[in-house]
Order: sequence, then structure tokens, then C-alpha cells
Amino acid sequence: MSQDKTILLNIKNLIIEGYSDEHWIEIVHGIDLTLHRGEVMGLIGESGAGKSTIGLAAMGFTKDGCRIGEGSSIEFDGMELTTTPQADLQSLRGARIAYVAQSAAASFNPAHKLIDQHTEAPLQYRIQKRLESQEDAMELYERLRLPNPREIGFRYPHQVSGGQLQRAMTAMAMACRPDLIIFDEPTTALDVTTQIEVLSAIRDIVDQFNTAALYITHDLAVVAQMADVIKVLLKGDEVEEADTKSMLENPQDDYTKSLWAVRDFKKEQVPRPADTIPLISVKNVDAAYGDTPVLEDVSFDIFSGMTVAVVGESGSGKSTTARCITGLLPPTKGEVLFQGTPLPPDYRDRTKDQLRQAQMIYQMADTALNPKVKISEIIGRPAAFYSGLHGPELKNRVDEILDLIELDPSKYYNRYPPELSGGQKQRIGIARSLAAEPTFIICDEVTSALDQLVAEGILRLLDKLQKEMNLAYMFITHDLATVRSIADEVVVMQYGKVVEQGPKDVMFTPPHHAYTDLLLSSVPEMDPDWLSTLLEERGVDSNTETHNP
Amino acid sequence: MNYFIIGFYALLIGVSSLAAFYQKRTAFLLLFSLTLVSFIMGIVGGEAMLWSVTILAGLIAFSAGVSFSFREFLVILLPADLAKAMRTAPLTAGFGLFVIFTYAIAGIFAPIIAPYGEADVISSAFAPADENMLLGADQLGRDMFSRIIYGARNTVGLALLATILAFAMGATAGLYAATVGGKLDQLLGRVVDVIMSIPSLIFSLLLLSIFGTNTVTLIIVIAIIYAPRVFRLARSVGGNVVVMDYIEAAKLRGEGNWYLIRKEILPNSSAPLIAEFGLEFCFVFLLVAGLSFLGLGIQPPTADWGSMVRENATLISFGEITPLIPAAAIALLTVAVNFVVDWMLFMSSGLKEQ
Repeated sequence: MSQDKTILLNIKNLIIEGYSDEHWIEIVHGIDLTLHRGEVMGLIGESGAGKSTIGLAAMGFTKDGCRIGEGSSIEFDGMELTTTPQADLQSLRGARIAYVAQSAAASFNPAHKLIDQHTEAPLQYRIQKRLESQEDAMELYERLRLPNPREIGFRYPHQVSGGQLQRAMTAMAMACRPDLIIFDEPTTALDVTTQIEVLSAIRDIVDQFNTAALYITHDLAVVAQMADVIKVLLKGDEVEEADTKSMLENPQDDYTKSLWAVRDFKKEQVPRPADTIPLISVKNVDAAYGDTPVLEDVSFDIFSGMTVAVVGESGSGKSTTARCITGLLPPTKGEVLFQGTPLPPDYRDRTKDQLRQAQMIYQMADTALNPKVKISEIIGRPAAFYSGLHGPELKNRVDEILDLIELDPSKYYNRYPPELSGGQKQRIGIARSLAAEPTFIICDEVTSALDQLVAEGILRLLDKLQKEMNLAYMFITHDLATVRSIADEVVVMQYGKVVEQGPKDVMFTPPHHAYTDLLLSSVPEMDPDWLSTLLEERGVDSNTETHNP
Repeated sequence: MNYFIIGFYALLIGVSSLAAFYQKRTAFLLLFSLTLVSFIMGIVGGEAMLWSVTILAGLIAFSAGVSFSFREFLVILLPADLAKAMRTAPLTAGFGLFVIFTYAIAGIFAPIIAPYGEADVISSAFAPADENMLLGADQLGRDMFSRIIYGARNTVGLALLATILAFAMGATAGLYAATVGGKLDQLLGRVVDVIMSIPSLIFSLLLLSIFGTNTVTLIIVIAIIYAPRVFRLARSVGGNVVVMDYIEAAKLRGEGNWYLIRKEILPNSSAPLIAEFGLEFCFVFLLVAGLSFLGLGIQPPTADWGSMVRENATLISFGEITPLIPAAAIALLTVAVNFVVDWMLFMSSGLKEQ
């Protein structure tokens, strides 16, 4: 294929304004962006940096309540999108510019088969006939290395796995052979092992069709694999832009350097105390949802002041183990001991004090905090409920806890959760569990929904609290970088079984169990050649489905 | 051709040209299509038709003006956060609030406002309007205007009480069923199915003839009939909230069901419940009116809009609009309540961000 390198997208002085509190507020302040044919540009930055907004603007589109400001110019292949009428823009989108969203599961219509959704755009724009388009879809599925490419299209979205769905979505974006694809965090919701399949598939197909792409993500290591050029954004402003290699080796701006440094946080590994009873001891636990067994013979111990990381892909039974410990899902066999005494299997049979001892922090702070309850009450309720505090005492206690999580009490006391940022919400989630004065906290993927800088802040906070209060953490995660930084001991789970466990330093030095090895090697590294090297090692075509049940 | 017709078209064309000149697209389209429609109406209906168009437009403009002033009045009067919500409210909401406010005043101060008692016979039957009686007399010679004022108190008060009771029962049971689940959920669900499977009018007739017709029974019967709908809504909305992590967190804390319902679930399901309240209120209103019409609702001589329509129905054949006035009172309140509910829904659904 001839490699045409003319300029495809030329954005000049892009200003985007959002409407809030009866005013238009500028959220993107004059971004310039030039994208050549066949080039992949990575847009990175934390949430609120305006990455997605810019991505959408490249299609001449803004979300409701936003508008493109005066003096902005978005030129796509010689066409000025800011002045193009809606109808023309609509035929442009889908046909010449495609969009791949973060959550494929939410973007596919669950009521139609994959292939019918795939053929919709080509049929609408009369590019292909239905049969032609179906044939083409199958070919794309094959190129994206989906299993059974000739049949998978006739399934419904819920009948394929998350990684497969994300690839089907990429295939759909390719249906009209667009000149530009915008990928908005396409792998953020996926496991490391699945992420690799999607990344390599996307990279190949973009390469084959000489498609230009904007790749939006907050994960540096991912963007390093995908992009030719990286643009770093902060609060609607450009920080710097450079090609991937020089950006990684020699970042100029302080902010970029801080992004690079995030992965440096590492806490001192605490050895297991000798001759003490473990705080929490999971003994030979089996559990099932209805008739489907999910856990089989799970055993591990957690000691006071230690962090045990439980890792594995989704569906490996990490969260289910947590549910067994909290008593939400009574185990069918085995028991959970707290300081040597067995806990009642059902949380309803536990005493107030037993409930107080074990607290939980959730992955999605959005759903873990009641949006209609004030911060003061969210934190105050457990304190009042367990310790019987009220009046000024309760207020002091809440202030004290807010101080602990490094939020200013006078500012946040009377706010509601929706007014906070993701990281602040997660801190409130931590505060709520601290208010109960527990000895043991289950952290269920607490950092996976957060940006790296924010996530690091949360990890440091958790570490600080652990040292101050001698807390024990059970840290559920699929992110091995997090495990590296915070864990003392590691438990690796697969298919509801513990495949390997031990102290962190032992676990991270070879030889590993085969599955641990797969997990470890799948964590993206900052080296731009990492993906290519890894795929070569694994042998690209053979492995993609081996670990996907 | 007289001056009225010339003025009518001149005004319409002039204003639509102005709208076009100042690039007010919507206003121009509206005014100009009105002009074109008026051409046809003027040809078909003559001057009379144009007069009615003028009066209608005047009425709309007048209510818009009233709504606007009332809204501004509330903005000035209310505390800051409510005032902000008021300022962004659509005119329809201002209109709805104004109508509800007027009805409330009429109901509360009925004895002071009404010139005569609701049961006082002061004239001959069906006497036409004169300087004593603003709207004429009803079939027994009672003052129609006074009875409408008193009707606001009786009919609206009863409907309001019945709706509140229906909501108290339905929402509590629904949210409880959603929280507890299991057998109790099933049991309540089936009871509700049984109640809903019986046509409401027939069911209420049955209950009222068993327990007798007085105000308390009436309220309870209506509440029982309407509670199932509220139950269903509350249960399904509650069902979506119960699966949230914060409910799990509260359960793990050891909170009781009553706390869960009151503090965690209810605040998150109030929006659809409030919307439903507005709708149900109107339905209850219509059921009360219907029952009164059948003679099983509010008993004479107590003034009630529903029965007033029935009692004066014969006048329709003589081309009088008297029986339509209480009907219009019902219709106006229904529309007003729904305007306000629409606005509340709009605010709570987060649509305001767009």
C-alpha cells in the first residue's frame, strides 16, 4: 500500500467552551494539532485535561452543553469542519472519521447482532451492498484475529468477551475504511492480558490501511506502544509534543516528568511477623453463585500491618473472595477466621464489632458514595453508628478524619459527592471506612478507575494510614504495577483457585508459575518496542485466544 | 375591509418582518405561519374568526405575562439557591405555580372570598348571571361562583389527601419490597397485581357501597386503589438503587432496613416518585370527580366540581357554558400541576446540564 503522508487533520487554535452555572467557561484553551495520513498521535493527560473533548472536536462534534469557540479552525482533508453544515458532518462521521469508545459493551446495541451493527454504516452511506459488507466484516474480524471470524459476527454483544467486543468495535470503525479513527481509551477497561490482544490488533490494522489515528489514553506505557507522536495535555492546555522516542527518553516539561515518575513509588516490604495469629485467615473456602462454583479451596492469611495483594484477571474470583470475607456471600465450604476465631458466614449474623473490624473500599467511588448524602454524613454515619458519637464530638471526629485523608474539612464538610473529583471521591471512600476504626480494610481495585498521578496519591495515603494505624489491607487488583508498589505479600488467582502465593520479592523473581509469568509479562512497559518484542516472543498468531476462556 | 382587519394583518406582517430582520428564526417562522394561516381563516371564517385568533393570542400573551411576573416575584422572594432554580424555570412552570397558588388561596380563604355559602339558595334555578351572581345560579338556585370557590377546598383537598396517603402506602411498601426482596417482595407484588386487575371505578364503587360514603372512607378507598401503581414504580426504581455499592456498604455496616429506605434509597428515587405524584394527583382528581358524578363521591350539598358538572349538565343543551366552568377548573389545575411536575423532572434528571 502506498504510504501517502499528506496532512489529514489540521487543528488550529481550538477553543472549546462548556456551559455551566449560566456561563460559558473555556475548557480547552487554543490547541494546535497536525496529523498526517497514517500517523498515530497519542493524546495523554489526566481526566479533565480535555483529551476526549479534543478527540470529539476532531470530528466537528462537541458534547451537549459544549461549543467550539470563536477563531477555532478544524481542517479535515481540506474541509473546514467548524463551518460545515450538520448534515455534511454526519455523513463524514462514520464514513471518513470513526470513533472507538472506551466501553465497547456500552457502545454496542445489545439487541442487534455484531455484524448487523457493523454493516449499518456502509449500507447507509451506500458504500457496499449488505453481502459485500458482511464479507468485508468477516475479513476484518480475521485480520483482528477474532476467533471464528466467519461466525462471530452473528453473535450478540453479550455473547462475546470484553476484549473481543473491543476488537469487533475496532472492526466496525474500519468498516468504511475511514481516513481517521479516534480511539478513546479503548483498553482502559480491560485486563492486562486482554489489553495486549487489542493493542496489537489495533496497531496492525491501522498500519495495514494507512489510517491516521488519535489515541486518547492516560496510560503512558500503552501510548508508548501505539503512537508515533505524543502530545501531553493538562487542563485544556498543551504541555508538550514530541515523537514517541524522544518524549520517552527526554521529556522537557516538569509535568511530563512527574507523569513519568509516577511508577517510582515503592513501599518498604514488611516481613510476616513471627508467632502471631493472622488477623484474617481464609481457610479452604469454596463458594458458588447458585449452582456455579466460583471459588475452590482458597486459603491465605493476612497479618496486622501488612498488605496482601490479590491479583488475577477478571473472573478469577478476587472479588468473590472479598465477598466471602465480608459475609455477603457465605462460603459453601471452609471458613474465615478473625484473630483465630471463626466469623459467622453471613454478615447478618455478625456482631456490630465484627462488622466494624472489616471495612471495604470500592472500585467505583461513584457508585460507592450516595450522591444525595453530604460528605459530613457519609463519614459521620459510621462514627455515630459504631461509637455513638453525636453533636460537636461527631463533628470533631469527621474533621479529624478529613484531615487524615488530606481534604480540608471547612471546604468539604458540606459538599455532596457529585461535586468532587474522582480522586477526592476515592478519598472519601477511604474516610468512610476509617471512620469505623477498623483493623482490616479490603481495597477492591481502588486505583484502577483513577489517573496515574491521582492513583499514586491514593496509594501513598493508604500506605501512610497503614503505618499510623497498623491496618491490614487486602488489595484486590489486576494492575501489577500497583502490586509492585504497595504489596507485602501476593496471592495470584486464576479460575477461582490460588495458583501461587508468597512474599512480594519472591513472587517477582523468577521462576514463576506459568500464569504469573503471563500476567507479569503482559504489563506494558515504557519501552516503545516492548509490544513488538513481546509479540515476537509469544508468536503472534497462535496465542491470542489461549488464555481467554 | 375594516380597520380591524387591516390592522390585524399589518401588525402580523410588520412583526414577522422585524423578527426576520433581527434573525429571530423561531419567532419569524411562528409569526409568519400565523400570518399565512390567518389568510385562510380570514377567508373561511371572516372577521369573527380573526377576532377569536386575536383573543386567543391575547390570552396566551396575558398568561405568559402573568407567568413571567409571578416567576420574577418568586425569584425576588425566595432564598438564594431556590431563586436560582426559579430563574432558569420555563414560563410554563411559572404559569403552573401561579395557577396552583391561586387555587390554594381560593381553597384556604373560601369563606372570605365566596360571596355566599356553598349551600345557600339565593335565586331561582338556572338563573343567568347578574350583578349578584358572577356566573349565574345552579340547578337549585345556588351561586355558581361561590360553589366553585368552595369546590377548590373540597375537591382539591380530598384529592391531595388521598394522593399523599396513596404515596405513603405505595412508596413505603415498594421500597421495602425492593430492599428486602424474596418472599415478601413476591407476596406484596401479587397483592398489588390483584388490586390492579380490578377496574378501578368498579372496585371503588364496590368498596364505597360496602363501607358507606363519607370523606374518610373515600380517601382511604382512593388511596388503596392508587397505591399499587406507586408500589410498582417505587419498587422498580428502588430495585435499581439497592444494587449500588453504597447500599452494600450500609448493609455491611449493619444498618437496619428502615435506615436504608429512608436515608439511602428514598433520596435517590425521589425524582420519578415526585413526577408520578403529579400524574397520580390528576388521576385521583378525575376519579373523585367521576365518583361524584356517579353520586358516590362527595355528598351534597357540599360543593364539588365533579358533581357540579353532572348537576348542571342539562344546561349544555341550551347552549350555556355554565357546566363547563367546573370542568375547566379541573382541566386547568391538571395542566398546571403537570407543568410544574415537568419542570421538577427536568431539574432532577440532570437534563439541565445540556
